[in-house]
Amino acid sequence: MYEGLCLGIESTADDFGVGIVSFDGEILANVNDVYIPERGGIHPREASRHHANVAGKVIAEAFKRAGVKPKEISIIAFSQGPGLGPCLRVGATVARALASYLNKPLVGVNHCLAHIEIGRMINRVRDPVTLYVSGGNTIVSAFEAGRYRVFGETLDIAIGNCLDVFAREAGLRSEPGKPLGAVIEELASRGRRLVPLPYTVKGMDLSFSGLLTAAVNLLREGKYPLEDLCFSLQEIAFSMLTEVTERALAHTEKREVLLTGGVAANKRLQEMLRVMAEEHDARFSVVPKEYATDNGVMIAWAGILCYKYGLTTSIERSFVKLKWRLDDVEVPWFEG
Amino acid sequence: MIGVLIKKGAEASIYLGEWCGRKVIFKKRLPKKYRLPELDRAIQIQRTKHEPQLIHKAKEAGVPTPIIYMVDLEEATIVMEYIEGKRIKDILNDLTSEERIKISRQIGKLIGRLHKSGIIHGDLTTSNMILTPEGKIALIDFGLSEQSVDLESRGVDLHLVKRALASAHYKYVNECFNAIIEGYEEEMGSDLTRDVLNRVAEIEKRGRYVAER
Ligand SMILES: Nc1ncnc2c1ncn2[C@@H]1O[C@H](COP(=O)(O)OP(=O)(O)OP(=O)(O)O)[C@@H](O)[C@H]1O
Ligand SMILES: Nc1ncnc2c1ncn2[C@@H]1O[C@H](COP(=O)(O)OP(=O)(O)OP(=O)(O)O)[C@@H](O)[C@H]1O
Repeated sequence: MYEGLCLGIESTADDFGVGIVSFDGEILANVNDVYIPERGGIHPREASRHHANVAGKVIAEAFKRAGVKPKEISIIAFSQGPGLGPCLRVGATVARALASYLNKPLVGVNHCLAHIEIGRMINRVRDPVTLYVSGGNTIVSAFEAGRYRVFGETLDIAIGNCLDVFAREAGLRSEPGKPLGAVIEELASRGRRLVPLPYTVKGMDLSFSGLLTAAVNLLREGKYPLEDLCFSLQEIAFSMLTEVTERALAHTEKREVLLTGGVAANKRLQEMLRVMAEEHDARFSVVPKEYATDNGVMIAWAGILCYKYGLTTSIERSFVKLKWRLDDVEVPWFEG
Repeated sequence: MIGVLIKKGAEASIYLGEWCGRKVIFKKRLPKKYRLPELDRAIQIQRTKHEPQLIHKAKEAGVPTPIIYMVDLEEATIVMEYIEGKRIKDILNDLTSEERIKISRQIGKLIGRLHKSGIIHGDLTTSNMILTPEGKIALIDFGLSEQSVDLESRGVDLHLVKRALASAHYKYVNECFNAIIEGYEEEMGSDLTRDVLNRVAEIEKRGRYVAER
């Protein structure tokens, strides 16, 4: 018997994910269904339609894999923000329906917080500087005085978005199991020459839009092989990310560096951060891909942490928060 | 040997030593192993060259900054005046509210002077501000500075101040930031200040989710 079980729903962007986790951290199910657009980027409306279509199937599959019945679930957690409105609303609606039907408490979870907490749990990390890099977020954070403070973030677009837009401009296509960022990584591994592109760090914040524009312009000029452009884009962007993470590490004097989010899968980014962390005698770890990309397990786990501290969400207050900041959330369970 | 290491920052090592009989700081930028050597070298040289130029421009704008004695690009080292005093970062939280407001207003004036002269500091944290025994505030570390009169750059610069306050002085963010803006307004005037503040508010909302991606 479990002390308690939480079902977590993630629907921030293109993934609809459901995870079932026990209160002591055993992962019983992690099921995901990703929306792949025909062309172009994520259209929030189409993605939300996808989520609504697959929700029932994904939830049923999660129960099946976990081998538990709906009535054994003790709490329902959902990703309440930040994210794309229509997508978030599908998850919230499903979560509300489940919570009312099963008559169980509901917990609205901050998506960025969930990324950090699942990383701490899985990688057994205590008090890290976290670099969270995905299609929608680029955040350097660390715990200080009750919250995960944001030390640095992007001033315009997220790194994953930057890579994806460049890839689409270059006519590259993603395949199941191989997102655009991974396609760029593969091409970059064959690039040799560093092409000059703008390197923009402002304090601990970053800007990628100038880099993207410059890279796209060079692409259109057609002077450089695509491999060299991918290589240079990665070298510049990841050096910027590593530089701001290093600054946060020096500033906070923490001893651990944690890398998470979809872009964390990139081997070159991992290598740069590892080298940087070693120089500071800090321990470096990468969250495994299935828990670094958007997933329901992280929402379930963060839901459990909140629930244990009485932080449940009433139905009336379960509206989605599109721009909910990480540093708005109290983290009472944190013990460094 | 160039002196005693007093700080190993994220970017540079800071040594306190002597140069032609003067008490000076040697700021030596260190190679970063994680960066491609050619990229690393280019960034180091660019910043080592650039920093003294902007320190000089800031001084012309009436902002106390260290005197530059020498620049050695080969070694990526800047030799500059050692500024006696205390870092604002180390004292701000322990001041009385009245003193904190006075100092913040003074900081705001300095930032206003920089911006008015087309200089963006680029790294306005309280560890880059030194309160001298004469009660003046000096700004250091212009390694990420740029020349610009864009609203966006000014907005980002002030946004960084707020960010720095929120991480190191989170109890006094509003008190300090409001006083900084008062000082800033004295230099920049109310119209420009309002525009910059609107931009700061916009920047705070940005960078996360866009409608479509
Ligand atoms: N090997 C890789 N190298 C670089 N980028 C990658 C790699 N694999 C995936 N990515 C990028 O990761 C991003 C997807 O991240 P994730 O799966 O966390 O989803 P997301 O919806 O962007 O997340 P969030 O809602 O947290 O912002 C995409 O931009 C994708 O191109
Ligand atoms: N001219 C100076 N006079 C007195 N102290 C100085 C001077 N220059 C630097 N310092 C001291 O050294 C510290 C680091 O200097 P600086 O900010 O220039 O280096 P940095 O490597 O860019 O640091 P960080 O990465 O923390 O921004 C300052 O916080 C200050 O305490």
